[in-house]
Amino acid sequence: MEFKNRDIISIRDFSKDEILHVLKTAKAIERRPNPSLMKGKVMASLFFEPSTRTRLSFESAMTRLGGQVIGFSEPGNTSLKKGETLWDTIKMVEKYADVIVMRHPVEGAARLASEATRIPVINGGDGANQHPTQTLLDLYTIQKEKGRIDGLNIGFLGDLKYGRTVHSLAIALSHFRTNLYFIAPEALKMPDSYLEELDRKGVKYYEESDLLKYIGKLDVLYATRIQKERFPDPLEYKKYAGIYRLDKSLIPHAKKSLRIMHPLPRVDEISPELDDTPHALYFEQAGNGIPVRQALLSLVLGKMK
Amino acid sequence: MTGKTFKISAIREGTVIDHISTENTFKVLEMLNLKNSGNVLTLGMNFESKKLGKKGVIKIGNRFLTKQEVDKIALIAPEANINIIKNYKVTKKFSVEIPDMINGIIKCANTNCITNKESSKTRFHVLSRKPLKIRCHYCERVVGKEDVELI
Repeated sequence: MEFKNRDIISIRDFSKDEILHVLKTAKAIERRPNPSLMKGKVMASLFFEPSTRTRLSFESAMTRLGGQVIGFSEPGNTSLKKGETLWDTIKMVEKYADVIVMRHPVEGAARLASEATRIPVINGGDGANQHPTQTLLDLYTIQKEKGRIDGLNIGFLGDLKYGRTVHSLAIALSHFRTNLYFIAPEALKMPDSYLEELDRKGVKYYEESDLLKYIGKLDVLYATRIQKERFPDPLEYKKYAGIYRLDKSLIPHAKKSLRIMHPLPRVDEISPELDDTPHALYFEQAGNGIPVRQALLSLVLGKMK
Repeated sequence: MTGKTFKISAIREGTVIDHISTENTFKVLEMLNLKNSGNVLTLGMNFESKKLGKKGVIKIGNRFLTKQEVDKIALIAPEANINIIKNYKVTKKFSVEIPDMINGIIKCANTNCITNKESSKTRFHVLSRKPLKIRCHYCERVVGKEDVELI
């Protein structure tokens, strides 16, 4: 399996074996950190759109491996303001760095960037499309916590229509033998194009609007934020915003082993009263971004095989 | 006159596009931009066809189609046949076929796709042909035939 010089653009580019290899590499790095693995290597961190978690965890991942980071965290002060194309920006950055991590508000930007350069490009989110490193850290979190991915009942809750993390994770899980439960109001249900993709792959899934119907079956519940900016009408937003609030009243209905995940930031989907219970996995999940991103950087730069 | 006699009779060199469903005939004509080309052009419509009910035929003298044009015909009129005529004889005959990858001939329907923001060649993966479902190589949006806009 060759990862050296590979771009990480979409979870659809990964086979099951490749996903498992990334998870295995992340586990190895987490067990035996190597603070000089990336010595002499430079990561360009190009955030054409602001991000907290993704940018910080990539930069932390690289720094902790002994590498250097250059870049920008918003496009305000760059030549993009002067009208430079993404293509030209990437061509220029190629001369300054060994790997590019980028987030961009336009869908497909990361794929185009990868075609402009010989150095590996890692997609840190392209508009509403893909965020493959989030998906890999979600899978890593599930595997680390549950010891497996196959055989699990995994629920998705909230905004399944616009939530790209949900879409990518469902596609990634289609490589495994899991049962998926999509819990959302009619207006925010999983788009048909994704359900058709799951159908083609023979994935077993269920759609429901009532959380209590399936909560007792679930091993993992992946909650998402209902995004205010998706609703032009504030009243419409209010109607859905509080529809699923996870709090302690849920516990009697759930398995003891249920783990709750969330890509964060949360608003009020998960009550802080759950934070100290064994069900809460979301902060751990955010922390897993480090070994997973370290694994990806090490693999694409040929520092690990 | 039968469609068959019609299509192979008159041109010495060129292309005959046959078995176009009648309603798509003008679309093919328009796409090939033949109006001001100066090529000898014969257009027939509403010929009887066992397969299609009614069909259209387009004969173009001294013109051979590029792969991109053939791919465009496959998208507009997936039932069409193409005959290459040399020295009054059909030297090659084939059915148009939507390729696995469609390059450079469709505009992405997603306005927030990079291919609509920065000039770059479009590419689409064909997921299914009947009904047509394609996925943009860049933004990964899946669209059906109703959203296909030729460049």
